[in-house]
Amino acid sequence: MTRSIPKTRERRPLSFYILAAFFALFVLFLYGPMLTIFILSFQGENGGLTFPMNGFSFHWFGNLFERQAVGDFGGSFARSLKLGLIVMVVTVVVSFMAGLAFRRRFRGDSVIFYLAIASLIVPSILISLGIGLLFNIIEWQPQWFTSALGAHLTWTFPFGLLIMFAVFNRFDPSYEEAARDLGASNWQTIQYVVLPMVGPSLIGVAMFSFTLSYDEFARTLMTAGALNTLPLEIYGMTTNVTTPVLYALGTVTTGFSFVVIGIALGSVLLLRRRKGQKA
Amino acid sequence: MASDTSKRSSYFLISPMAAIFAIFLVIPLLTIVVVSFWDYDEYRILPDFIFENYSYLLGSSVTWKIYLNTLKYAALTWGFTLLIGFTVAYFLAFHVRSLTWQIVLFMVCTIPFWTSNIIRMISWIPFLGRNGLLNSALINLGIVDQPLEFLLFSDFAVVLADVHLYTLFMVVPIFNSMMRIDRSLIEAARDAGASGFETLKSVIVPLSKPGIAIGSIFVITVVMGDFITVRLMSGGQSASVGLQISNEIGLLQYPAAAASAVVLLITVLLIVTGLLRLVDIRKEL
Repeated sequence: MTRSIPKTRERRPLSFYILAAFFALFVLFLYGPMLTIFILSFQGENGGLTFPMNGFSFHWFGNLFERQAVGDFGGSFARSLKLGLIVMVVTVVVSFMAGLAFRRRFRGDSVIFYLAIASLIVPSILISLGIGLLFNIIEWQPQWFTSALGAHLTWTFPFGLLIMFAVFNRFDPSYEEAARDLGASNWQTIQYVVLPMVGPSLIGVAMFSFTLSYDEFARTLMTAGALNTLPLEIYGMTTNVTTPVLYALGTVTTGFSFVVIGIALGSVLLLRRRKGQKA
Repeated sequence: MASDTSKRSSYFLISPMAAIFAIFLVIPLLTIVVVSFWDYDEYRILPDFIFENYSYLLGSSVTWKIYLNTLKYAALTWGFTLLIGFTVAYFLAFHVRSLTWQIVLFMVCTIPFWTSNIIRMISWIPFLGRNGLLNSALINLGIVDQPLEFLLFSDFAVVLADVHLYTLFMVVPIFNSMMRIDRSLIEAARDAGASGFETLKSVIVPLSKPGIAIGSIFVITVVMGDFITVRLMSGGQSASVGLQISNEIGLLQYPAAAASAVVLLITVLLIVTGLLRLVDIRKEL
């Protein structure tokens, strides 16, 4: 077959339509189940866990906030939120620092790199078990803001570090050299040159680390101590709650995740636009 | 040549990350190894140096069955996620023409990853359940007259949920590899007379191998260590290595759990080492 290089719009081949249909099915597969529990969370008061809808109500959302009905939703939500925010701040700062460190070779750099990869692939339940055992042996009480925080960081750091690698691999050092030639100190170079350029990626790291922590279950299992985080609470509910309040909870937390993603994307776009205006 | 100050600043910059990995990754894993040789009774764990935890674990036929079952989940999930993930990445990378659309569609694929896994598993219940959407549809269409029982709380449900949760782990690295393929190679293949399929087979697939390897590492390790998907989706009827560990934790048999954990860790590391021979991760970023 002789065809010219497609500089102009050529007709879509048949394979495009087949693949597009496949992609559409994939998206349906991803979002369909979420959509069903979203709809079912508005189930009427006498409705069950499956269709048909037995009326329409906000009953189950109200139920969610009654303490005795479904455990401690408010408390666990607040805890997960706080933990997620701490994990987010720590991950952004530490990954950024590590990213800077990795721009030069130093002794032990490959050790840290392989630790990060190991942290990513070691099954989460092993982290949970290990930290739980460690605290048990040294007779410290596991707490969500100590042991669970550490467990979550082992999960978010690898993502943060890998994103930083990707960023700094494409980062042109001549901007910094220019800043230095103009008399900027190290800190000024970072503040006025490096940070604005990697800002959008740091927002990415922030969103990654917050959502990964907010949804983390296995690593929290043995490390949260006496007080549950939200995923632990949800997990507990799956075994003893048989009403659509489970779906209401799913809708609320998924909605919350969407808000977080929206904020992150919005701020990236905002940063881009501001940068565009300045240029 | 890096000066001493810049070296020192590198050490300063890396120290927080190194410290966290040391305290919350290295020491806990060593603790697991140590405790796997300890003894225990109903109430506590007792420092010791015994091999019973291992001999009991490896001598039990249940363990082997559980490993086989876990490997089955891993293999099935790997196969499906690879097929689906490759196809989706291929569509995004080579058939979607504008960068904006590529980003938008890519985001559409990744957003569910940032929501709760447990909720995503639960969300299959109204679809697959005995009176769920799928069964009602099948009955209404006259395809079956009894609800299908195998849809929920079965191996089928476990693999379905795993594929649902983890296909993204394939899409992202494969898409990343594909976007780096020099487009002129594809034109060259075309000019040399290759059909679309031949181009796919001899140009795109080989050049996507790093992405495929990274995606495979993610998917296989996550399924090998998983316990919650198996617990929720099999309704307690199937077992996996992770689930066995979590059950032993529940019974406070920590040394037994630790021995299982060590064996699982070795298994996962062997698989990963094998896959890493196909790819240099640092080059892929």
